[in-house]
Amino acid sequence: MTRPMPEITDINRPYWDGLAQGELRFQRCDGCGHAWLPARTHCPQCLGARAQWQVASGRGQIVSWVVYHRAYAPHLQDQIPYNVAIVALEEGPRMLTNITDSATGEGFAIGAPVELTIEEEDGLHLPRFRLRA
Amino acid sequence: MTTLRGKTAITGVGHTSWGKHPDRDRLSLMTEAAAAAIADAGLEKGQIDAVLVKMANSAPSILWGQKVAEALGLQPAIGLSLDQGGAACTGLATYAALAIEAGMIENALILYADTPRTGSRAAMHRPRGDDAVMGWYSVAAGYAMLHRAYRETYGANDEDFGIIAVQARAHGAANPHAHLRLPLSMEEYLSGPLVVEPMRRDDCCLVSDGGAAIVIGATSRAADRSRAVPVLGLGQGQESWEVHLRPDLLQTRAQASAEMAFRMAGIGRGDISFAQLYDCFTVTVLQTLEDYGLAPRGQAGARARGEGVGVDGWLPLNTSGGLLSESGTPGLQLIIEAVRQLRGEAVLQTPAPRFGLVSNQGGTMHTHATMILGEPQ
Repeated sequence: MTRPMPEITDINRPYWDGLAQGELRFQRCDGCGHAWLPARTHCPQCLGARAQWQVASGRGQIVSWVVYHRAYAPHLQDQIPYNVAIVALEEGPRMLTNITDSATGEGFAIGAPVELTIEEEDGLHLPRFRLRA
Repeated sequence: MTTLRGKTAITGVGHTSWGKHPDRDRLSLMTEAAAAAIADAGLEKGQIDAVLVKMANSAPSILWGQKVAEALGLQPAIGLSLDQGGAACTGLATYAALAIEAGMIENALILYADTPRTGSRAAMHRPRGDDAVMGWYSVAAGYAMLHRAYRETYGANDEDFGIIAVQARAHGAANPHAHLRLPLSMEEYLSGPLVVEPMRRDDCCLVSDGGAAIVIGATSRAADRSRAVPVLGLGQGQESWEVHLRPDLLQTRAQASAEMAFRMAGIGRGDISFAQLYDCFTVTVLQTLEDYGLAPRGQAGARARGEGVGVDGWLPLNTSGGLLSESGTPGLQLIIEAVRQLRGEAVLQTPAPRFGLVSNQGGTMHTHATMILGEPQ
């Protein structure tokens, strides 16, 4: 069994197209300035329907992380142990990602600064992060 | 302002055995539990005029409440299936109390049954939306994010989590109905295998087949007032945000839920005789104790270790074993144990309890509901 693929829709296509072009995009509301991910048609703060896609600086920090020692799907069997982290971008949006420095989280800390590194796997461009000195 | 305080009571409770039911289905388990709860309430089946079901986690189904009512041979005034994750059973009790007080119904039956142990665990292992491309799978991983944040932020040690599992397993070992009656030492907890780090195997609740039911009616019309346990406080609060989108991983709307319930009950935190807190994972209990104002931030585990959470401890906690040892079923068994305690019918009986606290919650602390019960009058 292969990895799952994201469901690309008219709403989130700019996000995945951006990654393929080497940039991490997020949405910012025209009305109130709130910034968010994942893609939505309406601002979850003011419910405005007008927003712009902007390019993130790629800098952020670790909010929390876990290390999987159990494979919950067959294709993950040869990947364990692997980490999944929550990263807060400096522009505000938060996302789930992987930190590339260590599968098992050596050297990770809450608040540790990280920077974007886009990696291609199975034709998919994935937004990952590495620890920033 | 009117209040629901004490207007309704839990008049009947019932459940099947917990564990494995390879030859049963959900309707079969629910019917057995319903018959027991209706008999315990001293009612005839025809006196039930609301059938309120929590959706089965492993089998979401359209018109599920109606399928259950059909199996019970009932045409109730109100019949529904609710999805609030693990908060749903206390949510249903809240809507039942409101409908009874409004004069719409007299006796509500609240039910749940599922067979994830012998059936499918796919719901617990599920890929979580588009984030599955990053390896984001399972219910456990969301709680592991909270566990990590708690541990790192407060400098909590492993024993702070371990005490919750060790105590639950001690209570479960004493409970003849418990799915898992195997005591757990702190050493065994600490040497348990990592599942989603930093969570170990024994931080995670059981996966159990079984069914449970309770009956709620007007306190004044209870067939036997001496066994009717009044509902004094009800609260809810919905965090809503997925765990990674939450601005603060260590504060949830459990706080607002508790405020609402304690305000309705008109009692303080110190009045509570025991607590049955939703222990799907050990961190959930620490977080709930702190959101509820029962322990300072970051101190719930240390307080549990220092002052005890056994029947004679600071706060008798999950006295029949909770989800970690009695049954992994999402929530009704906690309400049923609170009823047993307040009737004086528990296996590990707390001495003369006056007020019992129950929490139900779901998702990754996305949903929360609180119930405060009193002694029969």
